[in-house]
Amino acid sequence: MNWLIGAVLFLILAPVAGGLIAGIDRKITARMQGRVGPPLLQPFYDVGKLFEKENVVVTTAQNFYVLVYLIFIALSGALFFAGGDLLLIVFAFTLAHVFLVLGAYAVHSPYSHIGAERELIQLMAYEPMVILAAVGLYMVTNSFYVADIAATTVPAILYLPGVFLGFATILTIKLRKSPFDISTSHHAHQEIVKGITTEFSGSTLAQVEIAHWYENVFLLGFVYLFFSWNPVIGVVAVAITYAAEIFIDNVTARVRWQAALKSGWLAAGILGLGNLAILSYMMLGGA
Amino acid sequence: MSTMAFLKRSPWILHYDASSCNGCDIEVLACLTPLYDVERFGIINTGNPKHADILLITGGINELNKAVVRNLYEQMPEPKVVVAIGACAATGGIFRECYNITGGVDKVIPVDVYVPGCAARPEQIIDGVVTALGILEEKRMKMSGAAQTKEETRHAVGEST
Amino acid sequence: MQTLLFLILFPILVACLLLFVKRTTLRYAVVALSALVIGGASIYLLMQYALEGAVYFAAPSEAASLAMVAIEMGLALFIVYMGAKFKNYLAIVLAVVQAALVVYLETTFSGNLHAVNNLFIDQFSIIMALIIGIIGSLIAVYAVRYMETYHRHHPEVRDRQTMFFFVTFAFLAAMFGLVFSNNLMWVFFFWEITTITSFLLIGYSETEEATKNAFLALVMNLLGGVAFVVALIFLAATEPVSGGIDLARVLASGDAAIILIPAALIGFAGITKAALMPFSSWLLGAMVAPTPVSALLHSSTMVKAGVYILVRFSPVFAGTFTGFSIGLVGGVTFVVASAIAISQSNAKLVLAYSTIANLGLIAACAGVGNYMLVWAAILLIVFHAVAKSLLFLGTGAIEHRVGSRDIEDMEGLIVRMPKMAVMMFIGIAGMFLAPFGMLISKWAAIEAFVQVPFGLVFIAILAYGSAVTVFFWAKWMGKLVAVTRETERVEKGFFEEPWAPLYIITGLVIATVLLFPVISSTLIEPYVLAIYGVTARLAQANVGIMLLMIALLLILPVSFLLFRRSAKHLPAYMGGRPATPDLHFAGSLGLTREVQTRNYYLTEYFGEAKLFLPGAVVCTILILASWVLAGVAL
Ligand code: SF4
Repeated sequence: MNWLIGAVLFLILAPVAGGLIAGIDRKITARMQGRVGPPLLQPFYDVGKLFEKENVVVTTAQNFYVLVYLIFIALSGALFFAGGDLLLIVFAFTLAHVFLVLGAYAVHSPYSHIGAERELIQLMAYEPMVILAAVGLYMVTNSFYVADIAATTVPAILYLPGVFLGFATILTIKLRKSPFDISTSHHAHQEIVKGITTEFSGSTLAQVEIAHWYENVFLLGFVYLFFSWNPVIGVVAVAITYAAEIFIDNVTARVRWQAALKSGWLAAGILGLGNLAILSYMMLGGA
Repeated sequence: MSTMAFLKRSPWILHYDASSCNGCDIEVLACLTPLYDVERFGIINTGNPKHADILLITGGINELNKAVVRNLYEQMPEPKVVVAIGACAATGGIFRECYNITGGVDKVIPVDVYVPGCAARPEQIIDGVVTALGILEEKRMKMSGAAQTKEETRHAVGEST
Repeated sequence: MQTLLFLILFPILVACLLLFVKRTTLRYAVVALSALVIGGASIYLLMQYALEGAVYFAAPSEAASLAMVAIEMGLALFIVYMGAKFKNYLAIVLAVVQAALVVYLETTFSGNLHAVNNLFIDQFSIIMALIIGIIGSLIAVYAVRYMETYHRHHPEVRDRQTMFFFVTFAFLAAMFGLVFSNNLMWVFFFWEITTITSFLLIGYSETEEATKNAFLALVMNLLGGVAFVVALIFLAATEPVSGGIDLARVLASGDAAIILIPAALIGFAGITKAALMPFSSWLLGAMVAPTPVSALLHSSTMVKAGVYILVRFSPVFAGTFTGFSIGLVGGVTFVVASAIAISQSNAKLVLAYSTIANLGLIAACAGVGNYMLVWAAILLIVFHAVAKSLLFLGTGAIEHRVGSRDIEDMEGLIVRMPKMAVMMFIGIAGMFLAPFGMLISKWAAIEAFVQVPFGLVFIAILAYGSAVTVFFWAKWMGKLVAVTRETERVEKGFFEEPWAPLYIITGLVIATVLLFPVISSTLIEPYVLAIYGVTARLAQANVGIMLLMIALLLILPVSFLLFRRSAKHLPAYMGGRPATPDLHFAGSLGLTREVQTRNYYLTEYFGEAKLFLPGAVVCTILILASWVLAGVAL
């Protein structure tokens, strides 16, 4: 029954944790820019506000796609915290994102369209590395199950430093942070209006935001897996990784999609594959 | 339901620079800088009417941007307020007599708050936005009230038939 | 055995009958009825043999074999005649070489050309028979009305529909023969028949391009055919050790090194038939054929013969470097063809590239050939056949209504042809989304490759390959679901009948997902178990989760009802410009302009010009390497 508890706790607590993380993120970002920043609970105010707004759509179908997106993100995350199969979880997330993209296509608006295309490019950029990360964790722990990986006593990070760095690179894409926030961004004033979320408003936009919180918690959980042999180190490492992402977000400017795609693929090709090649050589009997 | 007022804590802004000299425009952007940091109040500059609650307009209305201003206003979901910033936005300002100027923003869309000045100072702009929040809240109450009455009448009709 | 013979002979009978049917309504009746019979017979076959394992039948041999050789010679003459007529001398040379080799084989080794059992059936053959019998005959039914409309739209094309349907049904018979034959000479015979039928159907429209592409396909497949005969000669020459031309004996042969060479050669034949790189161009050229042909021959059945033979031989390939390099041919094809698919906007070409890619993936699994991979490969064959035939038929129907097969012109299909759009959506989802079929196999393949030495290469290929796959499918899906305003609905008016096959295949796509645990446990697992002694299956929990996902996907559209009425509709944001709902806006100088959205094709990075050559070179080297390695192993 452990798995059920994990899943239910995720479904209930992840939005709270995700919202708080977003609040801390905005606070730290503001401090880095020499500002005071919004209250810690600002992300909750924002989402609450969005639910108070009028329901405006271009086409009713958009609400459907976004709802499916939210449900599948939550489901995939719950699967992760239930200790499920990592590869299945990765694919389930892809499914969820495809629905967000379809929502943006459905509204048939030029800005959403660009956002949707760019979201797909992002998807294409990070997917190889995510799969390699799952495979890397398998090679170290001999299991694709999150429950087994989390319970391992092997310090995975020592075997997978390259994979971890590669994962950290694409984490920037997944967290929608600069320099890879090419489809939509939390920063004001970008050239494509709001990219993929342009036509989503009110409660629909709030759902996108909540899905993002769910996903962030999942991503941090994924980072934790690299350090899971020691929970204390794990939590600290997750915090440091996220802080580093915030830092990168603030010191870099957004790049073009070509650079995002190349970075994602090179991270997978060099850091990820290189690391795994050495690892499999060692396992074959080199060491 | 209507007691939760998140709207006041999270006003997202759309800034449109109409026929201005860019003076007021710069001052609006100054509000975002570390010195004034409007994000303290949860204010975010969205750049997208579908996400915005408050429409900030600097500069007056001319023949060409008339349609644009009206469109931006229509694209915003309710409840929404309009803040006209600077003399130009209020009346057309020093451009008032130009051949192409129609006048202030209120010639095309309803304006809720006028911020005076040429240029308007950041403090005044923030003050204007805060005033707008009150109006925004009022509109929200009215909106949910209207929704409620609608609901009630529907029920009443349902019962009578 | 009666069922087997019936499935081979009945389509021939129907084919001959159809030569004399000229009226469309009558033809429709005949085709629909025989489709029902063939489909029914293949289901009967399933019930009869599903639980039996491999069953062998002696079957009449002498007369049949003689007839086959005679027909082969006749076909060779036909190719020579066609080659002379269209001045394609390469085809003549290959046909002559092949015929000479067959004669040599028959005369020199006549004593060794005897298989104990000519026919057999096992679970893998049943799966293939079901695909041919159900999907194949549904496509044939669809084709009747399609061809009628086709000729209305193309009055310049000579009406040779009797020939078309004769060949189609002859092809079905050949496919059944191919998957039921245990005698490799018979396999080769049916193999050649499929080559010829493909040649005839690609050239159907008799335009210059069609003829050219038909010959391209012919030449490449003949090349594979020549390799096949050489393999047969080799097997016959080494009969005592290798087992000669008896497939079961060959696979059971103790001397792995001896049979590796014929396996590599037959594998090469499989590579040409499955249009893996560098032979992918014939399949792309084949897209000039009428769409049902593409659906039947060039995605769901004939090209599957290529991977069928590879999977049959995968126990031989398993653990050898030869197998590994054949697997790599498939892997490289998978990733390169998927990447090129990004740059295509012609729907049929996207489908063709995706077919090549998936055949590559199947070949990769078969070449490396451990038990999990064979399991994944067979699953891929099933899912791909179902989903891809739906997509081809759908594209055909759309083309007839919309007047274009360009993906950009399918924008807003959900408004213009809602039913069709939903079916296409399901088909595309079947090709790459999570709870649907293809993804299960990719997932299983990743889990399997982890355990194989040097499997990392394949994992990299799968990781990148599936990333690009998501890109090109999702953007197509996006085009379909875009809700365009004020566009006309054009669904009505198309002949009613073609919808029936489409509905049924759509149902099959969903059914295969729901039933895949059953398909796996009753057909695929016993087969794998019989060959390897172990079998793969997905964990119960994961199956449960996937069923949950598919259930959610089926239920969620109900939520549409929630959204109805309440929302306020606004036109899309156009940077402040007032725009009409169908995205016309007032541009400068008082002109009204229309916004159009186009997908990214990234030709600069993923174009054919950029990727084909490197892919083809690598694959050629790998094929040569597979031969050298087989030779070295000897
Ligand atoms: S009010 Fe003054 S500063 Fe502001 S736009 Fe008009 S002229 Fe410029």
